[in-house]
Amino acid sequence: MAQRILDRLKETFGAKILETSSPSGDEVAVVARDDWPAVARFLRDDPVCAMDMFIDLTCADYPDRRERLEVWLRLYSIGHRHRVCLKTRVSAEDPKVPSLYDLWRGIDWFEREAFDLFGVVFAGHPDLRRILLYEGFEGHPLRKDYAAEKTQPLVGYREVPPTKVPPFGTAEGMPWSRR
Amino acid sequence: MEDADIREEELELPAEPMTLNLGPSHPAMHGTIRIVAKLDGEVVVSADVQPGYLHRGFDKMAERGTWSQVFPYTDRLNYVSPILNNVGYALAVEKLLGITVPERNQYIRVVLGEFSRITDHLTNLGAVAMDVGAMTPLLWLLKAREWIWEILEEVTGARLTHSYVRIGGLAFDLTDTFRDRALALLPRIAEELDRSLDLLLENRIFIDRLKGVGVLPAAEAISYGVTGPMLRASGVDHDLRKTAPYLVYDRIDFDVPVGEVGDNWDRFMVRAEEVRQSSRIIRQALDQMPPAGSPIDVLDTRVILPPKEDVYATIEGTINHFKLVMEGIRVPAGEAYGYTEACNGELGFGVVSDGTGTPYRVRARGPCFANLAALGRMVVGMMIPDLIPTFGLVNMIAGECDR
Amino acid sequence: MGVEDRIRLPVRTEVLGGAEAAFATTRLDQLLGWARKYSLFMYPFATACCGMEFMAMSAPKYDLARFGAEAPRFSPRQSDLLWVVGTISQRQAPVLQRIYGQMCEPKWVIAFGTCASTGGFYDNYATVPGIDRIIPVDVFIPGCPPRPEQALDALMLLMKRIADGSARGEPILANGQVV
Repeated sequence: MAQRILDRLKETFGAKILETSSPSGDEVAVVARDDWPAVARFLRDDPVCAMDMFIDLTCADYPDRRERLEVWLRLYSIGHRHRVCLKTRVSAEDPKVPSLYDLWRGIDWFEREAFDLFGVVFAGHPDLRRILLYEGFEGHPLRKDYAAEKTQPLVGYREVPPTKVPPFGTAEGMPWSRR
Repeated sequence: MEDADIREEELELPAEPMTLNLGPSHPAMHGTIRIVAKLDGEVVVSADVQPGYLHRGFDKMAERGTWSQVFPYTDRLNYVSPILNNVGYALAVEKLLGITVPERNQYIRVVLGEFSRITDHLTNLGAVAMDVGAMTPLLWLLKAREWIWEILEEVTGARLTHSYVRIGGLAFDLTDTFRDRALALLPRIAEELDRSLDLLLENRIFIDRLKGVGVLPAAEAISYGVTGPMLRASGVDHDLRKTAPYLVYDRIDFDVPVGEVGDNWDRFMVRAEEVRQSSRIIRQALDQMPPAGSPIDVLDTRVILPPKEDVYATIEGTINHFKLVMEGIRVPAGEAYGYTEACNGELGFGVVSDGTGTPYRVRARGPCFANLAALGRMVVGMMIPDLIPTFGLVNMIAGECDR
Repeated sequence: MGVEDRIRLPVRTEVLGGAEAAFATTRLDQLLGWARKYSLFMYPFATACCGMEFMAMSAPKYDLARFGAEAPRFSPRQSDLLWVVGTISQRQAPVLQRIYGQMCEPKWVIAFGTCASTGGFYDNYATVPGIDRIIPVDVFIPGCPPRPEQALDALMLLMKRIADGSARGEPILANGQVV
């Protein structure tokens, strides 16, 4: 249904739309980082697309790729009842993406979250602080190379009473670390 | 009180902006959240809402087990309505797998999901009533919630964290007595809700505390990505059960309550009405449901565990069981975004698979996170005491907001 | 009518004299323990899923009020029983520690649920692996979340230990098993 959004994007931006696909029925378009704000603004303002509702902004980390961080922006149109996913990719060395702060109000927190958990820097965001984690946390936990068990406590741990022992040894239990 | 000699302005004491810190552990804050409000007298000038005190690393944990092992974590996203989260995640993975579950399964998911929605709304209505000083409705509504938990426990084996839904199936079928108990329960819930609303809706204090407070205009709500009852209270007729029907919602007749101005009163009434609509859905779904004994799991050995008799009696069954448990369901490489109408709005699961039995990335788009983002804007210009019911009606569930 | 008919007196108490001249001797600490166990003022530090069961426990069906421990005090300075209900994240840890510090002696702590007791299955960068790493705990309640009956059992256990003066010893599980 929303194929016409992809068509519309392709006829407007031509080669600037790097890839389009419809995995599992959800339309996806990939653009370069520099075209990110222009395409997003077009999606919002164009009467055919009219993506007035912001749904989600997040990332995925693919360490094998050169541009390993993939930013996902999901939009919805209340009037036309269609949705689209816009993506862009950046490398870990230069994780800068132009902020879409002015386009949708809700994007503020989601950009802060993506910065917090993935380390994508949204250039132009006026208040890019950590939102889910705390000041002083080092690294970005949802990147694949951040070890899941690595805690960064804010307070020192007490000596646990010697009577308390774990119910099973560290080598037993669930096979959690599969990767 | 007009005094001819003294002008109004001269009577007012000069006040500097004051900073008030609410939370992260505060009696009026149902979740764990911190709000740093700048005040001019008693009026909120700006509010910095800081979530994140319950960030438990859902995304990271989901990348460590098998696809099925994510279900317990989804229970604890929105822990007031776990089945809706189970269903949302299962639908996203099933979308990626390209399978559709049998009809009876879909009806069961609808019925139990709507019961979950009722528990959530009852809790929220009671909590808001308590916020503005009425304790009794909370106790009554919690009593009704307890009844629902009892029948959910009968089916799923757990009061609160059910982990009942499976990819392509369900843990087990409904019990024989479920239908009768559910039908007997619905009028009792309605009665309990009506009794509570009778106490509240004609109470001057309650009306004054809610009407015209915390107005969120429709255009702003859309721009914030606010969904669910909060968006509908602002007058936008958007319910994914209607606009993008999933499961069997397109075969069921129900109304979507929509507010007018988007104040706290509308939000309260939308939620109360949704409880009644959920009852209607449950009744219809129970009527239309295929009889017991109809299949509930997809016929696909790549996804569904073999029956126990086969596991113990045949080598194929044993190997199949072992593979599914130890390696997990092999979901084809690709990605999908599944979205459902949870009790607070659009609950989206963006799943990415690399073809193994472990999710590559599971993104949970909790509706609360976007809804709560609008709070900072809604409370500006409001008195401090009004902040509390406004926050209550956002119904921030920390597990889903902070994940 | 002697006092012993109306209320159960603390252990090792002798009632001297006849029914008219009834007076009791006991050790002061036992008398205090006995008095304290029926007047626990709780501070609910509810963060997560367990909070729902905590609400259920306070609600009519399970009725915490039967044990004289239902009155919540939303200032830590006025309360002597800290219920830590739900997952404590690293970001929350300093807050919990501070609240514990603000409570007046004597004070007791119940870890409600697996997450508060051990971190539960959130074994990752974000959570504290058991609140006994940051504050002393008297009773641990297993369960995810525990049933209200279990929580009431834990409360009765704590009351018993307050009465005989053994609270603040080694922590124990609500089902009576020393860990």
